[in-house]
Amino acid sequence: MTPDDIKRVVIDVLTRIAPEIDPASIQSGVSFRDQLDLDSMDFLNFVLALHERFGTAIPEVDYPHLYTLDNAVAYLASKHTPAAAP
Amino acid sequence: MKSWDIVGEFRMPSLGADMEAGTLVQWLKHPGDAVKRGDIIAVVDTQKGAIEIEVFEDGLIESVQVQLGEKVPVGTVLAMIHGTGPERSLVSADTAPVAAPVREALPTPAAAPPPRPGPHEESRRVRVSPMARKLAADLGVDVTRIEGTGSQGAITREDVERAVAALKKPAVQTSPALPERVGDMRAAIATAMARSKREIPHYYLSSTIDMSGSLAWLRAENEKRPVTERLLPVALLIKAVGLALREVPDLNGYWIDGAFRKGTGVHVGCAISLRGGGLVAPALHDADQMELNTLMRKLADLVARARAGSLKSSELSDPTITVTNLGDQGVEAAFGIIYPPQVALVGFGKIGERPWVGSGKIEARPLLIATLSADHRATDGHRGGVFLTAVDRLLQAPEKL
Repeated sequence: MTPDDIKRVVIDVLTRIAPEIDPASIQSGVSFRDQLDLDSMDFLNFVLALHERFGTAIPEVDYPHLYTLDNAVAYLASKHTPAAAP
Repeated sequence: MKSWDIVGEFRMPSLGADMEAGTLVQWLKHPGDAVKRGDIIAVVDTQKGAIEIEVFEDGLIESVQVQLGEKVPVGTVLAMIHGTGPERSLVSADTAPVAAPVREALPTPAAAPPPRPGPHEESRRVRVSPMARKLAADLGVDVTRIEGTGSQGAITREDVERAVAALKKPAVQTSPALPERVGDMRAAIATAMARSKREIPHYYLSSTIDMSGSLAWLRAENEKRPVTERLLPVALLIKAVGLALREVPDLNGYWIDGAFRKGTGVHVGCAISLRGGGLVAPALHDADQMELNTLMRKLADLVARARAGSLKSSELSDPTITVTNLGDQGVEAAFGIIYPPQVALVGFGKIGERPWVGSGKIEARPLLIATLSADHRATDGHRGGVFLTAVDRLLQAPEKL
């Protein structure tokens, strides 16, 4: 999975949680909570969905790595080492 | 059958003080069907979404009294049900007192619904204009199911066209468009909150609670748990409120007709803000009895359904108190307005590090301001204080929640 693929999934997950989000408007370096009006239940659902989509265990101490789009993509890429990298 | 001989009226339950009517969009049970307490009998569209209407007693449906697309005020007879109990309205004991104060502001339910065919439609003489009859035949519409607006209730061509248009619309499209729904909800909240401030003499208390113990416990718990089973602090807060209400039951219930009526369980209404605007506060039933895992799961489900617009009637009619948690928005303390006819509302702010003085030392600790807005007709500040103290004490022993 390339970082672009990961990014697409993360944005897809976000727009399922908050359907009013315009994917194009997401600023990659600004925390989701500040720009998307997510509450703690939304954030938990976000983590839950990422866990389901990527199959990664995401311990609670790692939550701060998921606060912005850039950070989330980098974090998930580091967790998701492709088995057959070219 | 002898045991099913008694016929009762099943009425549209109260859906909260700010809801006066809904539009029937689906019958899930039909004449001849057996129903059990808690079964969903119909779906009613409201400004709070599509509400699933539950029956309160076991029985057998004799007839349905409301047609699809009809707007039904609270208290309208939805169906006639053969029950086993004594003859009476099949409105649950829980919801009846809640329904009463809502209805007082409304036209009487009996007068409100538009005239419609009685239970024995087949015996009704149908007056149909020749034009309408031809149109109905061409379009394959049963004229006995159409409401006539012509002279002496005669069915006109327009009535047929309207009926056809209604049939063509799928159920989801009978929901008002989102902006309209948001506007309706705003108006409903305005009515309920203005009534609350007009009628309820509120008193307000606040307590600062040290959350270090609770958060440390939560952190350790969540470390052991997979994502699917993790807890949020709000689950602890709701459970603590539920248990504290057992100690101070006079905050758990309703003020109706000049007297306090104790709730039949601890059903915590959870204020949930909706995307696109608006607010609902459906009940987490028996919040004092659920273990934290169950409470968390049910809360997540309740939030999801509230936002998707698919709540159950009992969730809107049953809350015995409301909890609002504005901590996620960074608010320090939330002093709420009581949702009538309830007598109390608990507000939670953000859990944040602030100075705390203990044993003569100042320390940075995660603190939470818990507030209580309560109806002074039902309780005095002393009882409110006992309640907040109990919430604090319970949160100091999270492992026992």
